[in-house]
Amino acid sequence: MKNIKAIFIKQILDTVKNKTVFIQFLMFPIMAVIMENAIKIQDMPEHFFAKLFAVMFIGMAPLSCMSAVISEEKEKNTLRALMMSSVKPHQYLIAVGAYIFIMCMVGMSVFALLCEYKGKGLAIFIFFTAFGIILSELAGAAIGIFSKNQMAATSLTLPIMMIFSFSPMLSMFNESIKKIAGITYLQQISDIINGIGTSKISAKSVIVIAANSAVGLALFSAAYKKKGLE
Amino acid sequence: MEVAISANKIVKSFSGKKVLDGISFTVRKGQIFGLLGPSGAGKTTLIKILTGQLDQDLGTAEINGKDTRSLTAENSKSFGIMMDNFGIYERLNCYDNLKIFAEIYGVKKDGILNALKKVGLENTKKTSAAKLSKGMRSRLRLARVFMTDPDILFLDEPTSGLDPATAGDILKIILAEKEKGKTIFLTTHTMSEAEKLCDNIVMINEGKVAEHGCPQEICRRYNHQRMLKIHLSDGTDIQIPHNEAASEKVAELLKNGSAEAIHTTEPNLETVFMELTGKELMV
Repeated sequence: MKNIKAIFIKQILDTVKNKTVFIQFLMFPIMAVIMENAIKIQDMPEHFFAKLFAVMFIGMAPLSCMSAVISEEKEKNTLRALMMSSVKPHQYLIAVGAYIFIMCMVGMSVFALLCEYKGKGLAIFIFFTAFGIILSELAGAAIGIFSKNQMAATSLTLPIMMIFSFSPMLSMFNESIKKIAGITYLQQISDIINGIGTSKISAKSVIVIAANSAVGLALFSAAYKKKGLE
Repeated sequence: MEVAISANKIVKSFSGKKVLDGISFTVRKGQIFGLLGPSGAGKTTLIKILTGQLDQDLGTAEINGKDTRSLTAENSKSFGIMMDNFGIYERLNCYDNLKIFAEIYGVKKDGILNALKKVGLENTKKTSAAKLSKGMRSRLRLARVFMTDPDILFLDEPTSGLDPATAGDILKIILAEKEKGKTIFLTTHTMSEAEKLCDNIVMINEGKVAEHGCPQEICRRYNHQRMLKIHLSDGTDIQIPHNEAASEKVAELLKNGSAEAIHTTEPNLETVFMELTGKELMV
């Protein structure tokens, strides 16, 4: 537990000074607050921007932060120093993952406030966004582990992040994209969030999210088995 | 004298390629032990095995009498590792860099401050690591090792890439630790450093021990020339065979005051390594 605590403290100390990572936690919540208050269009769904940015936030922040932190530590050999000082790979991943999860959930609370969720609706929002964050973290960890350095990680993170995060938005305008986006967990989470208070969670959503989880776990395991954490 | 580290017929392969092939040696407590070999000779792999980070395929390794394959977290506190390429957190200051590892090792604030003092960084504890010079970074890495006050220090190329003055300062710190009875396991490319510092060395090449022993003893063993080199007062050097007949010549030169310095022509470790392997150590 003390090793996890140590990495967690390191992450707090480091992220405050790491603008590239820190901005990821702030960008979408701030943008959502501004857009929600600044843009009002007739017939626009309620809390449109908050719900849209919440899904984009799930697809971007955890994924890019996780891959950035791991790949930077690999590139700069700080991870090696940690691994040789009795820190186990799972302890490192849990600590970094927990830190990013908490930061993302703080951001997610801004979206929950903007969307004015209460009771069961709030519980559904928290549960599925939390699950989405964990899934994105898993993908980010797989990329970070697989990449040799930050540049390699960015070149993988960027397209994956764009596809995942923008497809729920683009699917609003195009049926074909909607069909393709439907197989991603983010589209399903978007559907669930948009249906809170009006429709039930569909079995398809649960199945797709479960299938995405299995794929995410398999990719993470494959990357870890192939590259390890050093 | 008690044994601090022992390796017995260590074999380790990666993807079918033998990196270490029957390496054996012992390091006694309080010694500075040097592991010499060109890049890729398996020095880091050996350190990893000796510190329980990696399991060997064959053979046994012990540290303070404990099998390195079954070291507990408590056992690990008895040694510290400083690798040449260990990174430091650039955005954090010196104190915070150590604080992370202090949490892992359960070291209190005093331990961090003492370690910084030991390496002469007490006045730069609030300085961002990004602003440190190469020498100061090496000191910070050393401070990380000193925090737990371990009995055994594994130092991988501690003076690599440093200017002679800074390297000298680091060596002084290492010697001060030896004076306190610490065992130091050192890898280095700098032969003069090994000759000066180490009580015993092992030269490894292509995974095998090429030579081992006290540096001076090794150099004497390979003194095939057995010559005396005499520097004369007129600035010239002469060489005479190092045998019984040499005594008369030396006595004569000393008598008439023309001999300024007399040296034996023992090879240095670099030359010995080249003779043994046909390779240079600074590869």
